[in-house]
Order: sequence, then structure tokens, then C-alpha cells
Amino acid sequence: MKRLACALLMLLASQLGAADFDYRLAAVQVAKDVYAFIGKTEDFTTDNGGNIVNTAFIVAPQGVIVIDTGSSLRYGQQMRRAIATVTAKPIALVINTHHHPDHFLGNQAFADVPIAALAETRNGIAADGNAFAENLFRMSGDWMKGTEVQVPSRTLSPGRLDVAGRSLRLVALDGHTGADLVIDDEASGVIFAGDLVFNGRAPTTPHADVAHWLAALDRLEALTRESGFKLLLPGHGKPTSDAAPIRQTRAWLSWLTAAMRESAKSGLDMNDVLARPLPAEFADMPLAATEYRRSVGHLFPAAEQEALGGKP
Amino acid sequence: MKYPLTIAAIALAALMPPAEAAALRENGDPLDSARWSEMRKAFLAGAPVLFDPRVKVIAPSTAENPMQVPVTVDATALPGVVEVVVFADFNPIVQVLRFFPEAAPAFLGFRVKLQQSTPVRAAARTADGVWHVGGAWVNTVGGGCTAPSAAGGSKEWQQRLNEVSGRQWSEGPNAGRVRLRIVHPMDTGLVAGTPAFFLEEINFTDTAGKRVMRVQTYEPVSENPVFTLNRGEAAGPLEASGRDNNGNAFKARIAQ
Repeated sequence: MKRLACALLMLLASQLGAADFDYRLAAVQVAKDVYAFIGKTEDFTTDNGGNIVNTAFIVAPQGVIVIDTGSSLRYGQQMRRAIATVTAKPIALVINTHHHPDHFLGNQAFADVPIAALAETRNGIAADGNAFAENLFRMSGDWMKGTEVQVPSRTLSPGRLDVAGRSLRLVALDGHTGADLVIDDEASGVIFAGDLVFNGRAPTTPHADVAHWLAALDRLEALTRESGFKLLLPGHGKPTSDAAPIRQTRAWLSWLTAAMRESAKSGLDMNDVLARPLPAEFADMPLAATEYRRSVGHLFPAAEQEALGGKP
Repeated sequence: MKYPLTIAAIALAALMPPAEAAALRENGDPLDSARWSEMRKAFLAGAPVLFDPRVKVIAPSTAENPMQVPVTVDATALPGVVEVVVFADFNPIVQVLRFFPEAAPAFLGFRVKLQQSTPVRAAARTADGVWHVGGAWVNTVGGGCTAPSAAGGSKEWQQRLNEVSGRQWSEGPNAGRVRLRIVHPMDTGLVAGTPAFFLEEINFTDTAGKRVMRVQTYEPVSENPVFTLNRGEAAGPLEASGRDNNGNAFKARIAQ
């Protein structure tokens, strides 16, 4: 009876969670002056409202540096309120790591401060932002209410960025999308990897160039071997103090491309490829089956064309 | 049973494994689509119709990309297939393609543009005039038929129009399989300012000039169509020839 009451209460709590559109964002301190909001390793649903992504902030001497803004206006607003419970310092700069909607649709809540991204990320948000947002309205429902695209106002270049008394190393990579920014906060030893790294959640590939992505992972792993490295924050999944999620992401991508190439070479049709079982190594990874199906759509046509001897 | 089977269906059922025979039905669309009776009138009018599990339509239940939804029609379990028509009940252009297996097994893989969630069906006509219908629901967010082709954004395809790349497999688990890709925008005519421009006919013949399969394609077939055929045991190169609705013809040899 007690258990039933408990279950009912939990059910009620989860219903309330959806009804009040509260992401329950709690800043987790991951290093000195560095905090993260760790999202669920799930796909977008009307239950999680798109809280499936990691965002972060650095409390610098003269202000706060925000890294990615979540998947909706509400997420951005709630994130900003949660930051204010940690520090009274003003927001100095917002950075979007890449042009995927779960990383920039909270920008609206930071419209009064500079928002910066790599040039190609800015272009991508301007070109595809509305279509991405529409898709999220469909997947996350009313959590998205009022969300509009806010294109970053400033362009970042790779190299040193001094902001609010903090010196960041910006590394411009690509492969997950056409422009993936990695931020190395040397003062804390935290590397913000964006979606080049997934931890315990199958990677997404809608704009992937897998060869470039694998090269980017090598660069990232080299960064983790530098003496100051302390913590790696992936775009999705838990932070780690080692490079294990980099290797996991690499293993998935290597298997995926090999599977596409080998399937095409042996004459499989796309439906045959979709029906292939996942290897045991990935079978239990959250969203492995879903992302595999999506990735076949994204990656198989090129492998097939190569096997059929056509020009790209 | 609400609707008694005709004598023809009973005779048919007697030849099938019990599980499949139980699934045979003449009435009551198994996919429960509001447009079934219209579809039946449009494509199968005046002929006997059987929902038949031997006509398999393989497609993802949720389409990741509505512009390129993979569909495989496998009616090889049904003997004597003369013609197969493929249609999607809720597409703005319903008819996807027709194929006439002739000397090949009744099997064809291709990709299709879908505008919204819809049944995708294959009706296989056997020599006795009966249409055997199979199908699958595909859920999609849509936009497949009214989104512009990638070719609309570049001029490069004009130099490569009707370029065929393809291969046959003579060994391994897919021996006898033929796969090919044809460069063509397959414009539906539903995008403002872009007239319908699509492949209409593809013929496959062997080196002796004997036709292996004939395919009639319509607007919903995806851009740069990819086809998968099972040729059975026949050897030697295969010739693919055809034309689009503007009369652009092609002919290509697919080596073994």
C-alpha cells in the first residue's frame, strides 16, 4: 500500500513537472568556478521538454561566460535564473558551440548580452534555425512556447579569447556539424567538447562528416593529454576526468561507417541495412537503435554511391 | 467470418500455409485507411482483390527523411505475378510506380517521397486477374513531395542527367542482385515554378535482348532514384534503358 502511494506520488510529481514547464535545472559544480547543467540521455519528448543537452557557465572575475543555452526560450530563462542563484555577476558573453537547436534555442533569454559563435555556426543558425525550431515544437510540444531563433551577434575566431578576466582557448573543429567549437578553459582545466563527444548516448549524425569528426576526436584526445587537463564536458552525457567518452564516440562512428561501407559493398538495400542488428558492444547504449536508424538515412546513400561506382 | 471468401479465395487458401491462409481476406482493409475504397476504385477497379501476406511491403514505420523513404516490395512468395502497382493512399500524387517482373522475381527496392503519414501499398496481379494486396504504414513529418529537389539548387545535374551507375552481385548472400542509381531530379511539379520532370520508364534487358523487367515510374519516386532488383540466376551484363517525361532517353550497361 505504501509502495502504491509512493508510486502514485511519483506519478503525480512527474505530471506536475510537465504541467508547470519547469526543467528543474540544477547547476552542478564541475571545477572551480565552472558549473554545468547535465541533461538527460534521451531524445526530445513532451516529458523532458528538450532537457537532453549539457549547458554550462564559467564564473569569471568580471562576469559570467555561458556555454550553450538549451533547447527553448523557457530553458534559457530558467538557466539564467539558476545561474543567478550561484553568482550575482552579470552575464558577459554567451557562446554557442554549434548550430544544433538544443544548443542555441535558449539564446532569446540572453538577447541583452553579446552572443557569439563561429562564422559557419552563425550562418547555420540563420539559415536552418527556424526549421529546427519547428521540428522541436513538434517533438517537445508546449515547452517550446514563445521560442524564436536569436542568431548570435558576434563572430568568434579560433585562438585566444580574453573575456571578463578569463582567458579561453578556442579550438575550431568540425565533423559533427560544419563548425564545432571546442572551448578549453585553461584556468580550470575543463574542456567543453560540444557535440563532438557523446557519453553514454548514441551520437547524432544529421550534418555529420564522419571522416572530419574522427580527425576532430584525435585533436580532442590530444588536448586531454595536456598537463592542465582536468575534466571533459561532452555535449550529451556525464562529464569525465578522462578521454573515455572520446574513445566511445570514436568507436561508434568507426563501426557505423564501416557498417555502411560493408553493407553497400555486399549489395544491401537501405531496408536491409536498417534491419541489421546492433553489435553487442552498443546494444545497451541509450538511443543506439534510434540513432542507428537515423544515421542509415544520413550516411548510407554516400556509401551506396561509392559502391555503385557513381561520382559523388 | 463477416465476409465469406469467394471460391477462388478458398481454393487459393487451400494451397497456402495455415497462418498465411488465415490472413487472406477480401474485405476490411488491414491498414484501416479512410482512402482504401478510393484506392481500390482507382487502381484495381472491376477485378477481384485479396489482402495477401505473400505481398510484402518493407518500409520503416517512421521515416527519418521523407524525401528518401526506402520501400522494398517482395512478392516472390506469390507465384505468377504479372504486374505490381505501388501507391501511397495519402500522398498528393498517389501512384509511385508499376513494375512488370517478366523474367525476374517479383521484387523491387526503391525510395519514395512522402508528404504525410500514409499506407504504402503494393498490389500484385497474378495471371488469373486477381490483385493481391500488401502494405505498410509509414509515419513521417512530411514535406517530401512539396520540398524542392536538391537539383533545383544547382545546375550540375544538367550535365549528368540520366547518368547511370550500377553493379551486379554474382557471389555471396546477395548473388543475383542488381543495384543502380540514376541521376534525375524527379521533380513532382508541386513546387511553385518547377514543372513536373521525372523518369517514366526503365527497361532491363539481358545480352540476348530478352526483357528481364519493365518499370514505370511516377513523380513520387525519390530524386536520383536507386533501384534494387533480384535477377535470379541469370548471368551476364544487364542493359538499363529508359526515358523521362521530357523525352530524354538513356541506355547503360550494368556489368557483372
